[in-house]
Amino acid sequence: MISSYLPVSIIAATAKFLPHRQVMPAYVILIYLAAAMLFALSLKWLSSPKTARWGVLAGEIGMAAAIIATLFLPEVRHYDWIFIAFAIAIAAALPMALLIPMTAVPQQIALFHAFGALAAALVGTAEYYAHGASLGTSTLVAIGFESLLGYLTFTGSLVAAGKLQEILPTQPMNYPFQNVASISVLGASIIAGAMVVVIPANPLVFPIFIALCLLFGVMLILPIGGGDMPTVIALLNSYAGLSASAMGFVLNNKLLIIGGALEGSSGFILAMIMCKAMNRSFINVLFGQVQAGKAAKSDDIYGGNIKSVNAEEVAAILDGARRVAIVPGYGLAVAQAQHAVGQLFELLESRSVDVQFGIHPVAGRMPGHMNVLLAEANIPYDHLMEMDRINPEFENMDVVIVNGANDVVNPDARDNPNSPIAGMPILNVDKAGTVIVIKRSLSSGFAGIPNPLFAAKNCLMYFADGKKAVLDIIAELEKL
Amino acid sequence: MNPSLESNLFVFALAAFLGYEVVRRVSPQLHTPLMSLTNAISAISVVGAIAVTGAGHNTTMVVVLGTIAVTASMINVVGGFLMTDRMLKMFKKRKSQ
Repeated sequence: MISSYLPVSIIAATAKFLPHRQVMPAYVILIYLAAAMLFALSLKWLSSPKTARWGVLAGEIGMAAAIIATLFLPEVRHYDWIFIAFAIAIAAALPMALLIPMTAVPQQIALFHAFGALAAALVGTAEYYAHGASLGTSTLVAIGFESLLGYLTFTGSLVAAGKLQEILPTQPMNYPFQNVASISVLGASIIAGAMVVVIPANPLVFPIFIALCLLFGVMLILPIGGGDMPTVIALLNSYAGLSASAMGFVLNNKLLIIGGALEGSSGFILAMIMCKAMNRSFINVLFGQVQAGKAAKSDDIYGGNIKSVNAEEVAAILDGARRVAIVPGYGLAVAQAQHAVGQLFELLESRSVDVQFGIHPVAGRMPGHMNVLLAEANIPYDHLMEMDRINPEFENMDVVIVNGANDVVNPDARDNPNSPIAGMPILNVDKAGTVIVIKRSLSSGFAGIPNPLFAAKNCLMYFADGKKAVLDIIAELEKL
Repeated sequence: MNPSLESNLFVFALAAFLGYEVVRRVSPQLHTPLMSLTNAISAISVVGAIAVTGAGHNTTMVVVLGTIAVTASMINVVGGFLMTDRMLKMFKKRKSQ
């Protein structure tokens, strides 16, 4: 009799020492392994536009397989709420993904970051409330990281999306002792997180911890201005991934660790590239306030040196050009001018003019923003040139058209060591034969400094809306 | 150090390194789809959300938090992949003519 009880009692005894989660069936582990490999392959295929869509397919197959395998886990017993959640999610995601205009992609990506981070944070919270003080120290530490990153990315991404959608002011919002306040809140969140680990049974520490993390997310992003958004979006991308990865540590699930780590390192690389393209550090982007700058007064630079042109004159200049470069900036997105620029590209190409696009890494509001807009306007991707490739070409260009860009073509960054943006790599458009700048006025860009390019001998200003100007140039050019 | 934490740390470090090496090779033209694709992939956290929700710990709070988490991460999955593909579809070489 005793022997027949024995296995039961052994199971009962060992159950206390096992992690609270059941052992996964082998087939689920194998499917998760396949999914992890498909995710790695997915990013590898993204390296070139030729194979990129295969990459999406690989990711989708991996994701679908992992979700289906999870639904068959023995511990998953209740399906009603899961399927209700699926239905709501699909109904909400389809219009977001398929109807949003390409100019609104930055805020949409920020919203997706918010959703992903919220999910990670809530799962950490649910784990805490399901098992509480019975969790081991390392699991509690992982829940701390998951919640900190998840909640701060959630509110931070919502603020970023609000700024990008211009619901919130896009200007940097500064107040006295701002950095002291932000760092104090971060410090308090970390202390609260440590208390969750030390005294997990205390009912007050976890809610306080959550509130502090949510508050820090808002305080971190609110002071950051629109021009720094590419770095911030990339950084939030990284945090969203790291929170998912921390969740993998909490649930002891290696697929989550891998999926999150891939996004974590990707976002980190992008943020590094953005910082390098602005010659700034992370710390400076996050905590540095925009300097007032010791740049020369705009009157001294512009006074009497601005030459203004109209569409007819621009068309005449383009009529004689053989090689033309177009440099887009955030203004192009604001004016929704990408399709007009696409038409101008077609027209010039049909007149056997060689047209290239010069794209600065931080042009726009997220990494790669301009490429997506120009691809939408049917411009073949082999004409979209990154900064290092097009810079040596400018001296051979007859005409450069700058549309909606300012600081990224400011020669002061290269020539004037006292400029607030000194050392920032720029597109050397001033080396070209003629530069035509399409701009509404002489107002300064995000850096808040005048641009000596506008007063240069070879520069002509076309004061107009970015889209209307291009359409007028096309109309005049078609007459010639 | 408990054995699962040890193997998890190894997996994390190697996956982060793999991500770094793979992402470094992505063309700057595709940086926006890259962000959107990696974000969709990290929404694999839906798997954890399903496990927590489906286990039904007889605590309303856990089920509520879990259901919201499944919804949020599933929006991230569906929206992320569809939007990435929509963007990549636009990247074309020369037109056929």
